[in-house]
Amino acid sequence: MNYINRHCKIQKRILSAGGEVLYKNNDGSLDDFLEAGLKSLHISYPKFYKMDRPSKLGFLGAEVLLRDEVLLERYAPQEVAVVMASAHSSLDTDLRYFESMKTIASPALFVYTLANIVAGEICIRHGIKGENAFFVLPAFDASQLYAYVEMVMASQKTKACLAGWADVMGEQHDVFLYLVEKTNTAGLDHSVEHLQKLYQMNYGKVDRRP
Amino acid sequence: MEKLIGDLKRQIIEALNLKHLKPEDIGDEQPLFVEGLGLDSIDALELIVLLQQHYNIKLADPQEGPQIFKSVKTMAQYITSNKTA
Repeated sequence: MNYINRHCKIQKRILSAGGEVLYKNNDGSLDDFLEAGLKSLHISYPKFYKMDRPSKLGFLGAEVLLRDEVLLERYAPQEVAVVMASAHSSLDTDLRYFESMKTIASPALFVYTLANIVAGEICIRHGIKGENAFFVLPAFDASQLYAYVEMVMASQKTKACLAGWADVMGEQHDVFLYLVEKTNTAGLDHSVEHLQKLYQMNYGKVDRRP
Repeated sequence: MEKLIGDLKRQIIEALNLKHLKPEDIGDEQPLFVEGLGLDSIDALELIVLLQQHYNIKLADPQEGPQIFKSVKTMAQYITSNKTA
């Protein structure tokens, strides 16, 4: 049996973790929101500003998910896997790169024109070196994510898996990340039903911060 | 040269998304790579694009890159020597 021990969301300009709203702001662009969200967590990571929107979203989600937690204190780098999915892949960045090609193509944009770069940014930040996979799906699919994460967790070497959905196109964004482990600290079984409920839960109604 | 160095600092911050820095945070002779500003190989490519976009200068010999992009001052010197009228 595996367990969902942590979960977080970035939806409708609300940054939340475990049902608690950490930051929300409807002013400005999505980039403004993401950069302000990172600052609200008192995190200094200059490379964040160079990332494309999919990477910023996934990176920020992982920061929220793993706040006050250093995975590598409990696991070897190879024991932590990353399994993610999105609908739009890197299309948001692909289009921006296409625009840049009309003058001089941007090398900095080009390096982000792959769906799984976000997983790489998360792995670099948290020192993760385990299995990783990135799926492009029509919509959030709890069954597919559940099945793949279970398969990864069944291997001897994987003991934890950072998984979830991180989708962005223009200003539209939708992030739901969760941490699956073999040990139970939150009392939530890793199941399709629980993933579906957590994804659909409206965290925005729970606001314990001023 | 002083104005060019100031312009370059602003352009580098914008082109490389160094939003955590202000122009005054970058020393004229501070190394741009590794132990200095910590720029990487992709940033080097963006600096080449910057020269082309803002100063219409194409780097003829990539081997010259490390010397040209050593600091903002060396970039300004290269621009001054190679700027077309």
